[in-house]
Amino acid sequence: MSGFPTLLRKELLRFWKVAVQTVGGPVLSALLYLVIFSQALGGHASVFEGVPYANFLVPGLVMMSVLQNAFANSSSSLIQSKVTGSLVFVLVTPISSLEFFGAYVLASVARGLLVGVGVLAVTAGFVELRAAAPLWALAFAILGSALLGVLGLLAALWADRFDQIAAFQNFLVMPLSMLSGVFYSIHALPPLWQRVSHLNPFFYMIDGFRYGFFGASDFVPAISLAVVAVSLALLSALCLRLLMNGYKLRT
Amino acid sequence: MRGVEKRFGALRALDGVSLEVRQGEFFGLLGPNGAGKTTLINVIAGLTRASTGTAAVLGADVVADYRRARRLLGVVPQELVYDPFFTVRETLRFQSGYFGLRENDAWIDEIMHTLDLDAKAESNMRALSGGMKRRVLVAQALVHKPPVIVLDEPTAGVDVELRQDLWKFVRRLNRDGHTIVLTTHYLEEAEEHCERIAMLKAGRLVALDTTRNLLANFAGPHPADLEDVFLHLMARH
Repeated sequence: MSGFPTLLRKELLRFWKVAVQTVGGPVLSALLYLVIFSQALGGHASVFEGVPYANFLVPGLVMMSVLQNAFANSSSSLIQSKVTGSLVFVLVTPISSLEFFGAYVLASVARGLLVGVGVLAVTAGFVELRAAAPLWALAFAILGSALLGVLGLLAALWADRFDQIAAFQNFLVMPLSMLSGVFYSIHALPPLWQRVSHLNPFFYMIDGFRYGFFGASDFVPAISLAVVAVSLALLSALCLRLLMNGYKLRT
Repeated sequence: MRGVEKRFGALRALDGVSLEVRQGEFFGLLGPNGAGKTTLINVIAGLTRASTGTAAVLGADVVADYRRARRLLGVVPQELVYDPFFTVRETLRFQSGYFGLRENDAWIDEIMHTLDLDAKAESNMRALSGGMKRRVLVAQALVHKPPVIVLDEPTAGVDVELRQDLWKFVRRLNRDGHTIVLTTHYLEEAEEHCERIAMLKAGRLVALDTTRNLLANFAGPHPADLEDVFLHLMARH
């Protein structure tokens, strides 16, 4: 029998055992964003026609939380076991690179979706949302969290120290997710910044997820989904190649 | 292993090492710090890839047939490493599951009992003393009942009681048919337990013989112990 189910279970339990920090914390942060930004920008920010700002904001916050936590899960788990040396207990087993990859990425997807559901649940008391195309939202949430889970794995494979992961998070994941149209519609931006936004892969995930709620988006959702799927396929191929070569895991 | 070389840049950690450990043997791997002992173990465990040469565990190549090779091997690492999120029982269940063994509680209970870990079964790994963590490391290496067990300096920093318990247990495993490969800096332990010994220096094999022959062939002024033999060979090479 394969060791994959056990590694997946271990990765799920790892974040579930500290769910206050790994799920509760991000949900609270998203709620604070909603309260502060909807109060500060409600009525000022130009978003989709007929959609109140708080309603516009919630799907963006949900997806931002999904993505950030999917990244945090795989990156923190792998870097911790690398730095402490406990990864050796997995490396000496018959678990293949594909099984290793699958367990870490699926656990990231699970944490991302759990945080997303948590954010939706707590914001339900503030805004009334109806999903116009729920399958689109689900597809973006799953593919987006998988993409960030893979990115987290890549970051942790490359990093040798915790501060390198923090730098990845603070200088790449955080700015790209904050500047992806979570808090505004990119159509409200000057043309140059609209074009720049299209270079940000997080934009496609946030915008596509939002399409699932309003049936409207800044960009064609099918193309956004294709961008996310191709990015996921490319990064997964790179990650699997590195794992198979034992990059920074096996000397 | 045959002709195993491992280069880290300009450094040759292993320089063409060939040796065979016989099935059921209690085998010692000795050498000063930096001799290549841990690198050699890591090559067998698949943690390090040999630059050239091949290694196999009971016929299973550690690269081409890595799944079978790893099922046949249990490694007790030198460092006291652990996952701080889990209890002792969870740690052992996970380790068992990684080998695809999911209904293994009877054996896990038996190992915990033998290693005197029963009372700590539900304790978090963080809460254990160094000695208890060492016992868990041994238990983790045995959880899938491997026929070959590698112990990398298992008694470093270990108190007398655990050391004696550990040797009693390892000898029992050896009597039961397990092949034991041991690295240690405590030469009296190697002399007492190992039937054959390999000595490494700067990545090269400088001696490979039975413990008895190594002692008998020592041409010193007084009856030799393994420390005399070791120092003599290290100075000569």
